[in-house]
Amino acid sequence: MPHAIPILPDDQLAPMFARYDSAVRARRRHTLIMAAVVGVCIVLSCWMGEVRPLVFLAHADRLPNYFWSILPTLHWNTFFADLSEWYWNLDHWLKLLVDTIFIAYLGTLLGGVGAFFLCFLACANLVANPFIRVTARRFLEFCRTVPELVFALLFVVAFGLGPLPGVLALAIHTLGSLGKLFAEVVENIDMKPVEGATASGASWAQSVRFAVVPQVASNFASYGLLRFEINVREASIMGFVGAGGIGQDLIEAIRKFYYSDVSAILLLIIATVMVIDLLTEQVRHRLIGMEDRR
Amino acid sequence: MTRARFDLGSADHARLAAAFPRGMRPSPAGRVRMGLAVAAAVALAAYAFWRLGFSLERLGSGLAQLGHFVLMMFPPDPGTQLPLYIHALGETLAIAFLGTLGGALLAAPFGFLAAKNVIPNIFAHFAVRRFLDTVRGVDRLIWALIYVTVVGLGPFAGILAIATASFGELGKLFSEAVEALDRKPVEGVVSTGGSPLEGVRFGMLPQVLPVLASQLLYYFESNSRQSTIVGIVGAGGLGLHLAEQIRVLEWQKVSFLVLMMLVMVGVIDFISSRLRFAIIGKARITT
Repeated sequence: MPHAIPILPDDQLAPMFARYDSAVRARRRHTLIMAAVVGVCIVLSCWMGEVRPLVFLAHADRLPNYFWSILPTLHWNTFFADLSEWYWNLDHWLKLLVDTIFIAYLGTLLGGVGAFFLCFLACANLVANPFIRVTARRFLEFCRTVPELVFALLFVVAFGLGPLPGVLALAIHTLGSLGKLFAEVVENIDMKPVEGATASGASWAQSVRFAVVPQVASNFASYGLLRFEINVREASIMGFVGAGGIGQDLIEAIRKFYYSDVSAILLLIIATVMVIDLLTEQVRHRLIGMEDRR
Repeated sequence: MTRARFDLGSADHARLAAAFPRGMRPSPAGRVRMGLAVAAAVALAAYAFWRLGFSLERLGSGLAQLGHFVLMMFPPDPGTQLPLYIHALGETLAIAFLGTLGGALLAAPFGFLAAKNVIPNIFAHFAVRRFLDTVRGVDRLIWALIYVTVVGLGPFAGILAIATASFGELGKLFSEAVEALDRKPVEGVVSTGGSPLEGVRFGMLPQVLPVLASQLLYYFESNSRQSTIVGIVGAGGLGLHLAEQIRVLEWQKVSFLVLMMLVMVGVIDFISSRLRFAIIGKARITT
C-alpha cells in the first residue's frame, strides 16, 4: 500500500522537530528533577530510619522462621485434639473478642451521634457564621489527627485500665472522621427542600430535621457502618495500651513468645474482621440501593 | 408588615385529611420500624455498657482527672529534650516515607496479579486477593510488634510494619485501578505497530500512573499519622517518646509532642494535597 501521508519539505519540518525536541527535553528534565528529589528523600530517610540492609539481609531468615514457628502443629490423625490444644483458651478469647466488638460498637455509636450533631455546624451551605463553622471544623480536625492510640494512652492514665478508655478514644476519633465525612455529604445536598422549609416558616433546627436529614440519612448510615468496620480493627489493638479487648492477650502472646497463641488470636481477629466486612458490605449495598431508588 | 400566613382551622384540617388520607396520616409501618431500630441500638448499647463495666462514678472521677491533666499541659514545653524530639520527628517522617514507598513497590506487581483483566485465571486471582485481605486484616501495630521481635527495636521495624500494612491496602487499590483501565489506548498503540511492551508503556502506564500517584500521596498522608503510633510498641518515632512521657506524667512534654505531631501532619497534608491537585486536577479527587 502506498503511503498517503504528505511529507513536508525540510525547511518547514525543521522548526517543528526542534520544538518537539525541546518539549520532550523539558519533560525529561522535569522527570529527572522529580526523580532526584525522591532519591534525596530516600537517602535521607534511610539515614534517619536507621535502615541497614546488610543487617536485615543477615537476619532475613528470621521473618519466615517467625511465621513458621507461630504455625500450630496439626497432625491428620490427631487433628481435633491438636485443634483443641491450639485453641486451648477459646472461651476466654471469644469473650474478649465479643468485648472488642462491643468497644467498637459503643465507640462508633457515641462518636457517630456526636458527629451527627456537629456536622451540620461545619457546613458552608447551612451555617453562614464563619466563626462557628471554622471552630467546628478545627475541632473535628483535631479529633481525627491525634491517633486514637494516643487518646487511649491518655485516658488509660485518667480512667484506669479497662474498656472505658478504649471506647472514649474510639468515640473521639470517630467523631472527627465521621464528622468530616458527614459534613461533606451535607454540603452536597439539594438546597431546594431547605429553601422550601425556610420559606414556609421553619426554624433552622426544623429545616435541618425535615429538609436535610431525609436526604442524608442513608449516606450517614453507610459511612457509619464503614467506620464500625474500621473501629473493630482499631479496637483489637486498644489492648496494647491496656484499653480493653483482645489486644491485651495478643501483645502478651507476642511479647512472651507463646507462638501458637499468636497465630490462634491473629486468625480469630482476621476472621472476625472479614465477617464484619462482609456483613456491613451487604447492608451498605442495600442502603446505597435505597439511595438510588429515591 | 402583617403576616401573610394563615392557619388551618380544625375543620380545614379534617377536610384535607379526608381528601388525602395517605398524605396526612403518619405512616405507622415506617415509624414502628424506625422506632424498633433505635430501640434495638439503644438496648444493645445499654447491654454493652453493662458488659464492659461502665459506671458513672468512674467516668466522673476520670473526667475530673483528665481536666486536671489538661490544665497541667499548658504551656507546652519540651524541657531539655528538644533535639531528641526533632530527631524522633525525622524518624517518624522517614518511617512514613519509606513505608509508603516500600509498600507501593511491593504492591505494584500484586496489583497486576490481582486484576481480573491481567490474570483471567479465577483461582490465581482469588488466591492473591485473599492473601492481600489477610495482610490487610492485621493492623499496623500488630505488624510493628512482630517486626520488633524480628529485627529488633528501632525505626526500621516501623518502616517494615508500615510497608507491610500499606502493601495490603495499596495492592487492592492498584488492582482496582488496573481493572478500571480502558483497553482502547493499548489497542491503538499495538495497531499502529507497537510491541505489546510498548502497548503497556504508552497505552497503560499513562492511564494508571496519575491514579497510583494520587493514591500513594494519600497513603503518605495517612501513614504520617500512623507512623507516630508505631513507636508505642518500640518501633521508633514520636510515639515512643509520647508513650514514655504519658507514663511518667510529664504533661507539658506530652502536649509539646502532640503539637509537633499536629504541625507535621498539617504540613504534610498541605503539601501532598497540593501535589495531588497538580497531578490529577481538583475535580477528580476520589479517595
